[in-house]
Amino acid sequence: MQAYLIAEELDIDPEDTIRTPGLPGPAYYNAEVMAEGSPLPAYDESATAETIRSVLRVVPKLFSIQMTGGSSTVPDMFEKLRHAGAVARETLKEAAAQRLGVARADLSTEDGHVIAPDGTRIAYTELAADAAGISPIADVALRDPSDWRYLGKAGLPRIDMEAKCTGAEMYGIDLAYEGMLFASICANPGIGGALNSFDASEAESMPSVKQVLEVTAGNPGVAVIATNTWYAIQAARAVECNWGAPNYPATSAEMFDLLEAAVDNEDNFDHRQREEGDVDSALSEGEVFEAQYRIPYLAHAPMEPMNAIVKVTDDRIDIWTGTQIPLFIRNRAALISGMDAEQIFVHVQPMGGSFGHKLEMTHVEQAVEIAMAEKGTPIKLTWSREEDMTHDYPRPASVMHGRGKVKDGQVDTYDISVSQQAMAPNWFGRLAGIGIPGPDATITTGSWDQPFAIPNYRVTGYRAPDMVPVSSWYSVGASGNGFYHDTFLDELIHETGADPLEERLRLCLHDQSRTVLETVGEMSGWDGPSMGEGKGRGIAFCLSFGVPTAQVVEVTNTEFGIRLDKAYIVADVGLVLDPVNAEAQLFGGLIYALSHAINSELTYEDYGPLQTNYHAYEGLRLYQIPEIEVKILENMPGIRGVGEPGVPPAAPALGNAIFAATGQRIREMPFNKFIGFV
Amino acid sequence: MRLTVNGIDHEVDVKPDMPLLWVLRDELNITGPKYGCGIAQCSACTVHVDGLAVRSCQLAIGDLAGGEVTTIEGLAKPDSLHAVQEAWIEHQVAQCGYCQSGQIMQAASFLDLNPEPTDEDIDAAMSANLCRCGTYPRIRAAVHAAAKKLQEA
Repeated sequence: MQAYLIAEELDIDPEDTIRTPGLPGPAYYNAEVMAEGSPLPAYDESATAETIRSVLRVVPKLFSIQMTGGSSTVPDMFEKLRHAGAVARETLKEAAAQRLGVARADLSTEDGHVIAPDGTRIAYTELAADAAGISPIADVALRDPSDWRYLGKAGLPRIDMEAKCTGAEMYGIDLAYEGMLFASICANPGIGGALNSFDASEAESMPSVKQVLEVTAGNPGVAVIATNTWYAIQAARAVECNWGAPNYPATSAEMFDLLEAAVDNEDNFDHRQREEGDVDSALSEGEVFEAQYRIPYLAHAPMEPMNAIVKVTDDRIDIWTGTQIPLFIRNRAALISGMDAEQIFVHVQPMGGSFGHKLEMTHVEQAVEIAMAEKGTPIKLTWSREEDMTHDYPRPASVMHGRGKVKDGQVDTYDISVSQQAMAPNWFGRLAGIGIPGPDATITTGSWDQPFAIPNYRVTGYRAPDMVPVSSWYSVGASGNGFYHDTFLDELIHETGADPLEERLRLCLHDQSRTVLETVGEMSGWDGPSMGEGKGRGIAFCLSFGVPTAQVVEVTNTEFGIRLDKAYIVADVGLVLDPVNAEAQLFGGLIYALSHAINSELTYEDYGPLQTNYHAYEGLRLYQIPEIEVKILENMPGIRGVGEPGVPPAAPALGNAIFAATGQRIREMPFNKFIGFV
Repeated sequence: MRLTVNGIDHEVDVKPDMPLLWVLRDELNITGPKYGCGIAQCSACTVHVDGLAVRSCQLAIGDLAGGEVTTIEGLAKPDSLHAVQEAWIEHQVAQCGYCQSGQIMQAASFLDLNPEPTDEDIDAAMSANLCRCGTYPRIRAAVHAAAKKLQEA
């Protein structure tokens, strides 16, 4: 997409670009990555809300926050890269104007050339040296969208597609350098726990093992350097380690006890960003509907496990790795090695998936320490899949207690309390060495900020103690809150006897969100949740990352379990730049979310997760995938990223469909603990 | 140990129990086959041995027994992509792309055995290959398209 944004103004063939992930540099600050942390909901377009967002856009610039995340790439790059393309174009034209002695306004550009009034073509490459000596022409007007040749067009191919279909695409894990050795590691499954002692005698005698060493950076463990990753993994597994306990409970059961103890406990109050009407008095009399929910810890488990190549010499360190946080890596490597940040060179590589996993850098810290023990030799550290899932920094588990009331066939009172350990301060503290003061918005993001008007409406976040270190997981707070908010709304709507779509529409206070709901209703031929014997459909909605998204899922209760028949997705992104890829991101989000909703969880015993590979953390396979239809609307103001908004509505849409088909309400993920699936 | 990969003979000095995947990746620097799980659960490491799809993380080099190995790098003809690769590009299947070498190698082998697959055949043949980005709908469409291309060829 970045190549198309530049090409649109620079008049070059996007295929001619050389695309490298951004090197660490303050110029690449991400203005949009923190705008999602605004204390005002995305549907609020008031002057006050916009002012707060504009301030939040300055923060990353001040602190050079270079980061990929929060579905912010397109909103962040949309203006910047077109502007860069236009400035380069006009500056190249100025160089040509000076050479030809004509006015810049009399020149045009086409396919990498400046065109003189007489039709003479001068290649940009001939003008580049001259242009570099000219003060950039910064006063440029961006082209009107009606003049775009690439952006918004249906047939845009991904420029990396052929390389990804021929094996030519090089991910970080694929790079090789002269004399490189291969390393793997076995670190404490209890993250932050000590390495008390270890016995490496067997490992040291294994084939090709060059060195076995204790590593303290990141998370204590024992690493093996060998001539092949496979030898290194085998030897690392053969090291016998005596681990110290980390500073959190050993089992999932104890962790959920702490979450349950925190919810609705005044001592654990974190924030309440939604409070309308008088919930307490509404709930003080008559029949109160109550329900309790929970979600588990989840690994990101991208297909490419964590890896990094590091070469340390006396005066510099080179790091090659796929990452979302190159500047944090540079600074941490400086800290570990005692070198200056200017001596650390981070070469960012394409990633084989992330879903938030590569917002972490423990593997790089370890790789730097390992490479310091083999100066002059590039060392490629690869985590085994088991090591990767054990040290995933998962999506936090949480619990929700809901109370509500219906009155005269309408939802009247909606009160939910979510308890979760702090995520954002925990993660940022690991990266920057300092936490984030104040409330942790991720506890209720995706539930407090939904565009509905309910007479008595309250969403409260409670902070449980720190437990397993946690991180951002695909759609962050909305991944769980989307499930909580919409499923509990569906329960209350069921209590009213109203139609699930009609009542959501009646409650919705935001025009674009209402249109999204209406559109998914039309697409799916919605005529109520029931679809005949053993069949049902569910609707769900979540506004996340500024994108109102609604989904309908249809299921059949077969003799082999629940079968997913069809899914419909409607999202409003404001402006869509690449319809083909946007569609893939939306249905990919739905599939990722359904995968975890149906069959995935991390359960802890003895401080580490029991699930350490895909056999125990499977996700969905091709045969389980429903037919999916996607429609993207452009009614929202501005432009929004579509990477994550497809995730939050999927689990509630499925749960609501299962309820429609079977009468069974599932309030805990993964659903396969309660009902079978085909 | 000797082996033939994409028509080229190699000699490697490794233990016979080393999986083919790690011989390819770390000894021969052929990196199209990917490491994802090491236990035949994701199939990102899929290659062909004598034309049949196998999980290279489970095949010890000592058990190769002279079988000819083809990786994603050797699937295309010198002057044209394989029909499966063409279909993958036309349907814009890949997102992160990490699993797609394995997906394509699986599909190519499967279509060789079953040139006119039904939806159920495709579901059965492709369900050992994991994709965490969720590109499955386009994989399904691309396998159908590739089958058609191969029939017309």
